Amino acid sequence: MAEICGAEVDEEGFLVDLSDWNKEIAVEMAKGDDIELSEEHWDVINFLRDYFEEYQIAPAVRVLTKAIGKQFGKEKGNSKYLYSLFPYGPGKQGCRFAGLPKPTGCI
Amino acid sequence: MLHTVNKSVFERNSLQSCLNTIDDSSVILLIEDGVISAAKNTKSSLLADLAAEGRVFALQGDVEARGISSKVADNIKLVDYEGFVDLVVEHGTAVSWV
Amino acid sequence: MSTKKFMYLNRKAPYGTVYALESLEVVLIAAAFEQDVSLAFIDDGVYQIVEGQNTDGIGMKNFSKTFHALGDYDINQLYVSAESLEERGLSADDLMPLIYEDEDDDWAEKPSVKIVSNAELSKLMSDQDVCLSF
Repeated sequence: MAEICGAEVDEEGFLVDLSDWNKEIAVEMAKGDDIELSEEHWDVINFLRDYFEEYQIAPAVRVLTKAIGKQFGKEKGNSKYLYSLFPYGPGKQGCRFAGLPKPTGCI
Repeated sequence: MLHTVNKSVFERNSLQSCLNTIDDSSVILLIEDGVISAAKNTKSSLLADLAAEGRVFALQGDVEARGISSKVADNIKLVDYEGFVDLVVEHGTAVSWV
Repeated sequence: MSTKKFMYLNRKAPYGTVYALESLEVVLIAAAFEQDVSLAFIDDGVYQIVEGQNTDGIGMKNFSKTFHALGDYDINQLYVSAESLEERGLSADDLMPLIYEDEDDDWAEKPSVKIVSNAELSKLMSDQDVCLSF
């Protein structure tokens, strides 16, 4: 089994135990994808974590896009912006950094 | 609509639930353990009215497997898999009560 | 992509079996494909949306919270059998106040849950392209 900062991850790099998550893990995961986390990244990661806490699911990309636009301004509520932050997909890559499972319906 | 029920009336409430929401043009097909509800002389008469209208079917293979061929109520019609397909074609949207 | 009308019939209480959770997962997947999705709660299925569920003591995910997200997925037709509620001594007040924001009405918050008779449910079911029972 692979590990990041001592936490077990699955074959796709998602945390096995969601409670293992901390910011350092997110930073390390991002480094592995050649990404340095900016404030804009953290806005999305924190949003994903809050959404999961409230609803017990990771949001579908469509839902995420709409909600980010509502919370952080219209210019950010589109997939172009989100993909510029998370080139492997805001759902898949964003959720991985946020220590969440892959979004339901994500293919 | 076609409603299939695959649980015995003595084990689950699937048949009762189906009957609660069935409309006047729908038919019921009993499959798997659902065929146990097709037996006559039991303490359950849930299907009597619908069977009298010719709207209850039972899958023959499942009836025979359980050894109750001679016990199926007279007005419940036995169908094979081909008959199952015909019912689906004839009655459109199918709901499985599991 | 063509849109079909899907109705999910939820007939089992949560936690005791996996049916309720599986249904919810499939519902979210169907919604991700932008289908016309509605849910019906009948029999013990009505317990899935009862207010005040706390799963701390059984170590399972409290997925009742997820029903609050359905509005975000444009799922806002949740039908509950009046007869099933009554049989169990429950009323509309015992259910979670699930809402959605109506895009066509300046995002006004509206209730998603509707209590209907079995006869009305029967009519709703016959209007569907697909009914899936859990």
